[in-house]
Amino acid sequence: MALGFLDRSRIVAPAGWSRWLIPPAALSVHLAIGQAYAWSVFKPPLEKYLSLSGAQSALPFQLGIVMLGLSAALFGTRVERNGPRWAMFVSLCCFCGGFLVAALGVLTKQYWLVVLGYGGLGGIGLGIGYISPVSTLIKWFPDRPGMATGIAIMGFGGGALIASPWSTEMLQAFGVAYDNVGRVVSVADSAIATTFLVHGLAYAVFMSVGVLLVRVPADDWKPAGWNPANDKAHALITTANVSARNAIRTPQFWCLWVVLCFNVTAGIGILEKASPMITDFFRETPVPVSASAAAGFVALLSLANMLGRIVWSSTSDLVGRKNMYRGYLGVGAVLYLAIALFTNESKVLFIVCAMLILSFYGAGFATVPAYLKDLFGTYQVGAIHGRLLTAWSVAGVLGPLIINAIADSQKAAGKSGPALYTTSIYIMIGLLVVGFVANEFVRPVNAKFHEPTGEKVTQ
Amino acid sequence: MSRPDQKVNRTPLIVFAWLWVGIPLLYGLYQLISKVTQLFTG
Repeated sequence: MALGFLDRSRIVAPAGWSRWLIPPAALSVHLAIGQAYAWSVFKPPLEKYLSLSGAQSALPFQLGIVMLGLSAALFGTRVERNGPRWAMFVSLCCFCGGFLVAALGVLTKQYWLVVLGYGGLGGIGLGIGYISPVSTLIKWFPDRPGMATGIAIMGFGGGALIASPWSTEMLQAFGVAYDNVGRVVSVADSAIATTFLVHGLAYAVFMSVGVLLVRVPADDWKPAGWNPANDKAHALITTANVSARNAIRTPQFWCLWVVLCFNVTAGIGILEKASPMITDFFRETPVPVSASAAAGFVALLSLANMLGRIVWSSTSDLVGRKNMYRGYLGVGAVLYLAIALFTNESKVLFIVCAMLILSFYGAGFATVPAYLKDLFGTYQVGAIHGRLLTAWSVAGVLGPLIINAIADSQKAAGKSGPALYTTSIYIMIGLLVVGFVANEFVRPVNAKFHEPTGEKVTQ
Repeated sequence: MSRPDQKVNRTPLIVFAWLWVGIPLLYGLYQLISKVTQLFTG
C-alpha cells in the first residue's frame, strides 16, 4: 500500500543526518502518550460533573492500558513494515483523536464516548506510539541501545510529570473549582470538554515534530568508529535476526516475559500503595508521616522511576543486559527483604529501599528492548517488544490485586502498621526470585530460529 | 534543496528539537521537585 510521505522509503536519512535528532523525535511521542499516567487528575471533576463512582471514572485509563498491550502486540509487525513515521502519525491520530471523542462525550454527557474515545481509540495510540521509535533508535544507536531506548522510555515516565500539573491548571482555568484540600467543589459546563479539546490539539502539535523529524538510517550506515565485532564479546549479543513470529516460539522470549511481568508486578506493589504504605508504616512511631509528606514520597518515587529508566538502562550497555536484570531482580528482592525485616526502624532506610525498587521497576521497562535486540537482532525487534508488552498488561492487573487484597484482608483481621503489608512483601520477594531464575535461563537463541542469512532481510 | 555532497549544518535543528522536548520536561521536573520537598517539610 502506498503511504506517501509516511512511507519508510521516504524517511531514509541523507548522508550527514545526525542521529541525535532521533531521541527528541521519540521523546515528543513518549512525553505525550505518557500523559496516560496522569489520568487520575481528570477523575474527581468527571465524578462530580457526570455523577460517576470511582470505579467508573477509572475505566478510560484501565481500557487504555489494556488497549496499549493489545495494540502493541497486534500492530507490532505492521509498525516494523511501515516504519516509524507511519507509526508515530497513527499514534498521533488515535491518541489525540481519543481526546477529541472524549471531549464530545463530556459535552453531550455520554460517558461511554469518553471511555471508548480516551480508552479505546487513545489506547491504540498508546500502544503504537510506545513501540514506534524502539527499533529505529536501536538501529541508530547499535553501540548504545540501552541508552537510546532508555531516553525514549524515560519520556513515557516523564509524560505524567508534565501532564499532571498542566492538566490541573487547565481544568482550573476552564472552570473547575477546588477547595483548599484539593476536593472538587464545582465544575462549569464546558470545563472538562474544553480541557480535553485543548489537550487533543496541543498534543497533536507536540507529536507532529516527532513525525516530521524521525528518520531511519540507510542500510549500510553505522556509527563512526563502531565495530560490531567488539559487541560479539558479550556472549548473548547476536548478529543474526529472528522474526517476531519465530521469537514467540523460543524459550528466551517467555523467560523475558516472566522477567518483565514479575519485575513490573513487584514495582507496582509499592507504586500502587505508596502513600498509605508510608503513612501506615510510621503511624505509631515518634516520626509519623503527614499527608503532604506522603505526597512528597509519591513524587520522589516518580523521580526514581524516571531516573532509573535512563541511568540503569544506559549502564546496561557497559555491563550487559543479563547482569543488569540480575541486579534489578536480585537486589530488588534483598531491598524488599530489608523493608520486611527493619519495617519502621528507619525512615531513611525505608525511603532509600523504595526508591531503588522503583528505579529498578522503571529500568526493567527501559532495558528490555535492548535485551531483545541482543537476543533476536534488529530485524523485528519493535514487533517482538510489542508482543512482550502483554506481560505489562498482566502485571498491571496482578500487582495491585495482590497488594490491595492482602492489605484489605489484614485490616479486616485487625492488623495495623507494617503488618498490613508484610505478606505482600514476601510475595513480591518470591516473584522477584522467580524472575531472577527465569533470567538465569536466558541463553543465546538456537540458530534454527534465525532468518536465512543468504538473502537480504527486508522490512 | 541541498546536493548530497553538500555539508548541511544540523546544529540549529538539533538545538530546536531538544528544546522542544526539554522545556516541557524541565517544567514537569520543577513541579515534581517542589512536591518532593514536602516529604522533608510536610
